[in-house]
Amino acid sequence: MLDIQSLAVSVANKTILKAIELTINSGEIHVLMGPNGVGKSTLTRALLGDEDYTVESGSITLAGQDLLPLSIEQRAHQGLFIAFQHPVTIPGVSNLQFYKAMVNAHRQAQHQEPLDAIELLEQVKHAAQQSGLAEDFLYRGLNDGFSGGEKKRNELLQMLLLSPRFAVVDEIDSGLDVDALKIIGQGIRHLQQQGTGFLLITHYPHWLEYLTPDQVHILVGGRIVQSGGAELADQVADHGFQAFAA
Amino acid sequence: MCAANTDLQHHLQQHYSAGFVTDIESDTFPAGLNETVIRQLSAKKQEPEFVLNWRLQAFQRWCKMKPPTWAQVKYAPIDFQSIAYYSSPKSLADRPKSLDDVDPELLQTYEKLGIPLHEQEMLAGVAVDAVFDSVSVATTFKDTLAKAGVIFCPISEAIQQHPELIQAYLGRVVPPGDNFYAALNAAVFSDGSFVYVPEGVRCPLELSTYFRINAANTGQFERTLIIADKGSYVSYLEGCTAPMRDENQLHAAVVELVALDDAEIKYSTVQNWYPGDEHGRGGIYNFVTKRGLCAGTRSKISWTQVETGSAITWKYPSVILRGDHAIGEFYSVAVTRNYQQADTGTKMIHVGKNTRSTILSKGISAGKSQNTYRGLVKVNPTATDARNYTQCDSLLIGDGCSANTFPYIEAGEYSGIVEHEATTSKIADEQLLYLQQRGLEPEQAVALVVNGFCKDVFEQLPMEFAVEANRLMQVSLEGCIG
Repeated sequence: MLDIQSLAVSVANKTILKAIELTINSGEIHVLMGPNGVGKSTLTRALLGDEDYTVESGSITLAGQDLLPLSIEQRAHQGLFIAFQHPVTIPGVSNLQFYKAMVNAHRQAQHQEPLDAIELLEQVKHAAQQSGLAEDFLYRGLNDGFSGGEKKRNELLQMLLLSPRFAVVDEIDSGLDVDALKIIGQGIRHLQQQGTGFLLITHYPHWLEYLTPDQVHILVGGRIVQSGGAELADQVADHGFQAFAA
Repeated sequence: MCAANTDLQHHLQQHYSAGFVTDIESDTFPAGLNETVIRQLSAKKQEPEFVLNWRLQAFQRWCKMKPPTWAQVKYAPIDFQSIAYYSSPKSLADRPKSLDDVDPELLQTYEKLGIPLHEQEMLAGVAVDAVFDSVSVATTFKDTLAKAGVIFCPISEAIQQHPELIQAYLGRVVPPGDNFYAALNAAVFSDGSFVYVPEGVRCPLELSTYFRINAANTGQFERTLIIADKGSYVSYLEGCTAPMRDENQLHAAVVELVALDDAEIKYSTVQNWYPGDEHGRGGIYNFVTKRGLCAGTRSKISWTQVETGSAITWKYPSVILRGDHAIGEFYSVAVTRNYQQADTGTKMIHVGKNTRSTILSKGISAGKSQNTYRGLVKVNPTATDARNYTQCDSLLIGDGCSANTFPYIEAGEYSGIVEHEATTSKIADEQLLYLQQRGLEPEQAVALVVNGFCKDVFEQLPMEFAVEANRLMQVSLEGCIG
């Protein structure tokens, strides 16, 4: 369970988020919606532990563990995964080499032996198939020369490899075609069934037809102004955010 | 792919792991340099008259020369009279006949460095010559090489046993008057490796020399000469370490390569001389002249270097492409941190027709260090259809360091093609943040990005060295961020 209580976050001395309350159980999908510039990405950054984002007050716990004193990688080891809106490119480091470092960093944090190469390759191939990525892709540089869609599929692949306790999926839908949306939807459902909790951040409600959210939250002016079921997303789809005053 | 990654944690624990001192009795000349010292040195090595005369002439020239000042490096003037020019472990006064005669303390030094000299313990396929201070202590796999007709021995031994080859080639590529440090080396060189690969022979083993400076206040002036006769091939690796000491130590080596028709020499270096501490105290001054002569048609010389050590590196492994269709290559990774200074690069001199050269240089700077690429591509009027491709990439870690690129191109021949590309990048905070979110420690994250940056060069290294190079990089970059 991810539990956020009275969270206030500032960036460069400007308060962006005020008193965010959010509780997401294992296996639940929550959707956070809101117009541009209301602090959706700020919440992601505060969760992952970016130092430029100052938590002024409140708490964030994951499965009972206080995340705030932890470093970025320690939070990741606790089972927090962020699927980024703009994944970085690292030339010369193959995807496979990167997955190996990633998987083994997690295993090391759990005091497990590194995964042997054959086992790793099998898991990677399986995850690649689920993400709709061809095998030759594994040997290319990390996101080097990838299309927007390939980068997002690569985020899904990593999420499938790590099977995290909780994942934030930040605007993964932007710029994706229908096939990619479907595949990412399937991947998320698969992990949800295994108990991963999700916070999906979006300002386009249309891709939610591949998923069934447990709750939808509307973020306006640094606060969650309304929470409800999937019907709230339909409301946004039909009328936009005007109805939700800060 | 990246075999060293799993060992990362272990290696991040260590600083300069080769920094120990071996407690061994040595026979060291008093500090100072004059004609008498050179005569003594030559006598100690029982050299023929022509070598002594060659040394003395070099000394005369050196006395009239001044240290070069054009490099982008800063250091206090060196007092050449305060350095000892010869140091030898005492037990080697009579050169050991076999490894069994070598002082166990010395053998342990090499074991500590991860270079076991006992042949039975060696990884198959690498013959090692180990140079400790001024003398070669052991050359392994001599018999296997002898069967193939390959000569691989200390240069001091070659001077005695193969004077005809020495007379024909010594100083042919790097003449004593070439530069200040080359002249000094010619006057006082003590040992180094000698390789001769006969016509048509593909050397059955990787040849390797490990250089170790142990004694205090001692300069190391080794000289290496490699001759690849027609149609032959040899791959040669060189590794270097030194103890941690507060004062600076001078290393002024000369390496000469000669490739005849259709011959190929691949020369790889992993240089990890002591770089000094985090305040810039101590460390090796690495002033080295390395040059290859592609003398024959279709000959090829390839330099690959990974430079992580030394307080100051001043080094430009070069190729003179004299034979038609000759090929010269230079692949380099130079890492500087703390107060290290590196001014390194290459010279490709195109003389023959249709000659080709490739330069790929990767500079990584961290801390307060300074990293300079300096390269010359010269196309003589005789070199019709010569081609060069140069790529220089710099990677900066943090804000206190700097990178410079000085590419000089002298192209006198219009039919040639000379291409140059250069990039400078910084490890982006977003890259580190992304990798940390995926569970990597900041140091692992930097190592991974750097590893990707160096990939094209590491691929040129023989397997064993590639792994070692990777580890070195990780150790070198420890604590560079945060």
